[in-house]
Amino acid sequence: MLIAFLTDLHANREATTACLEFAAEQGAERYVFLGDLVGYGADPGWVVDTVCRYVAEGAMAVRGNHDVAVIHEPSKAMHDSARLVATWTRDHLDAAQIAFIESLPLSIEEDDRLYVHANAWAPAEWGYVMGPMDAARSLRATRQRLTFLGHVHEPALYHGDWVGKVAAFAPRTGVDLELVSQRRWVVLPGSVGQPRDGNPAACCALYDTTRNVLRFERVPYDVDAAAARVRAAGLPAALATRLERGG
Amino acid sequence: MSAGELAAGSVIDGFRLEECVHQGGMATLWRVTHAAHALPMLMKVPRLRYGDDPAAIVGFEVEQMILPRLVGPHVPRFVAAGDFTVQPYLVMEYVAGRSLRPRLDEAPLPIGEVAAIGAKVATALADVHRQHVIHLDVKPSNIMLRDSGEAVLVDFGLSHHDQLPDLLAEQFQLPMGTGPYIAPEQVLGVREEPRSDLFALGVTLYHLVTGERPFGNPTSLGGLRRRFYRDPEPPRALRPDVPRWLQEVILRCLEVDPDARYASAAQLAFDLGHPEQVPLTERAERAHRDGALTVVRRWFQSIGREHGARHSVAEQLSRAPIIVAAIDVIHGAPALAEALRTAVRRLIATEPEARLACVTVLRVPRIGLDSNVDREGRNRHVKRLIGLKHWARELGLPEERITFHVLEAPDPAEALVEYARNNHVDHIVMGARGNSSLRRFLGSVSARVVSEASCTVTVVRVPERETAAQGVASPGHDAHHEEPWSPL
Repeated sequence: MLIAFLTDLHANREATTACLEFAAEQGAERYVFLGDLVGYGADPGWVVDTVCRYVAEGAMAVRGNHDVAVIHEPSKAMHDSARLVATWTRDHLDAAQIAFIESLPLSIEEDDRLYVHANAWAPAEWGYVMGPMDAARSLRATRQRLTFLGHVHEPALYHGDWVGKVAAFAPRTGVDLELVSQRRWVVLPGSVGQPRDGNPAACCALYDTTRNVLRFERVPYDVDAAAARVRAAGLPAALATRLERGG
Repeated sequence: MSAGELAAGSVIDGFRLEECVHQGGMATLWRVTHAAHALPMLMKVPRLRYGDDPAAIVGFEVEQMILPRLVGPHVPRFVAAGDFTVQPYLVMEYVAGRSLRPRLDEAPLPIGEVAAIGAKVATALADVHRQHVIHLDVKPSNIMLRDSGEAVLVDFGLSHHDQLPDLLAEQFQLPMGTGPYIAPEQVLGVREEPRSDLFALGVTLYHLVTGERPFGNPTSLGGLRRRFYRDPEPPRALRPDVPRWLQEVILRCLEVDPDARYASAAQLAFDLGHPEQVPLTERAERAHRDGALTVVRRWFQSIGREHGARHSVAEQLSRAPIIVAAIDVIHGAPALAEALRTAVRRLIATEPEARLACVTVLRVPRIGLDSNVDREGRNRHVKRLIGLKHWARELGLPEERITFHVLEAPDPAEALVEYARNNHVDHIVMGARGNSSLRRFLGSVSARVVSEASCTVTVVRVPERETAAQGVASPGHDAHHEEPWSPL
């Protein structure tokens, strides 16, 4: 089964559309959304409706910190612009959309895989996996062989051996990577709606459960349109520039 | 079932173990058969007993990742793999041929044979490097020669793949390789340098041609580091009949600095295949090792040495292409010759390690008469060589970056395509036959090269107006004079 992983969509309709189309062309049979459907972008309603429709058809989705921020009071730890956007987003979602977000779990386990937004050790505290040490901590907190994470907006891959030693690998786009079965892996596909590695193209990943093969992908989309909508919505201009620059 | 219980007659996933052909420190090799696979096969089973070297396990994982991605005649074909949950194994083609290892005991070997082995192994390395893999343990026991002639590289347990996680680099701090063959940068822990394989091949060729190891067989880290400052005895000092060109090639492979070696395995294979065009430097003349003072100076420089910039195999290869300029020196119009030079100059300028081979085809009848000498008694072959050099003069390339070749063949397109394939050419630049009546008369060589070549082909044209102004010779006149093969 080919699973498409999309995370940190951030209310970016153009990027989400492009990634979903791309995944369908690749033959994806299942979709997993790793959280942060909203925040930053101009189309929260559309993105939530889309994910909701996919979930109704068998997709899986977990919640991210930006999703939680619109259903509860935004956390004081949030950046000013993020808090402003959270308030704006809440005003642009209807009751059904809020209810859908509220229904999302923090994490899901399926076969040998764990789907969670930030990490496995304390999913609701949103600590980042930024390097091998964090990845090792996350691996220690789960029995699953594969962990799929969002939250960090750059694609990354970590693997741990039988004694728990973890190493990072900078994945290349479009290359089949066998997730060697005697190792444990932490996969961060990178952000769909707000990439931050200097490349504005949307990130996603495809995992083939039969072949045990993972592929990181970059999907070009109409960045200008997405940025124009952020500006037109009256959201902070820096969020539009960030899309254009990819970081 | 554990590895210890394997015996002839056991069946693993349909593979029947027939005969144990090798019992090594890291793995056991079995000849196996399978109802669904006709080819002769070998099963590699890692030794996984408690207390065994963890490098054996990781090496096995590495080979399991890399081998299935490799294709072509220069690697054993991958058949199947079993993971660690039940019984780890790797099944691959049983290579019909012989290992290079026993030939070491017969060294010194004849010069021609050493050069031929070198060219075959360099070709195999070029093919593997092109597929993003650096072998990192090139040595006679890991080289097989197929009955059909090609060299096959075996055992990818220490290899590095450009696009995959390097499990070994992350697991172990000590240098990995085999003492006599390991390249200096590998001693420093570098695993991303394709030219490390050229060093190891240089050691192999040195041994085969002299019967001696250039750096002995060190077992300590200090012993391994000696190769940073102690240069080997020049092969000609041990065996005076080693030709200068072969000493040049071997010592260039053994340079401490990878940048001073051949830029790519393909370029090394090229030189081994064209001995008469190997540019000779001071290396070719070297009669003895460097004096104590030089060695001591180098020793000081080598202290605390670390490897500099890193790059991927693909990057290194793309910097060092072999480019062919196919030129019709007899019939090419000056405007087209100039256009070809401009196109070549652009390519060369962007790739400082590129090599240019200037090629022309001398058409000869398929069968029959020795037509090598024309009516005026001038050697047509030499005439073309002079024409090629004349064409290339304006490029101003140093001798070590350019070679000249006159191919004699009945079919120019076929000759060019074959030449490009045999010499791992990355890019052919050639002229289009501009004149339509001539093209009708003779067919287009460039169109055939474009469709049949296995590399990139650039077809250069002179804009229509200029061609017309040139005043092209009539096909009848040309055909009468000599058969043209390329532009105009």
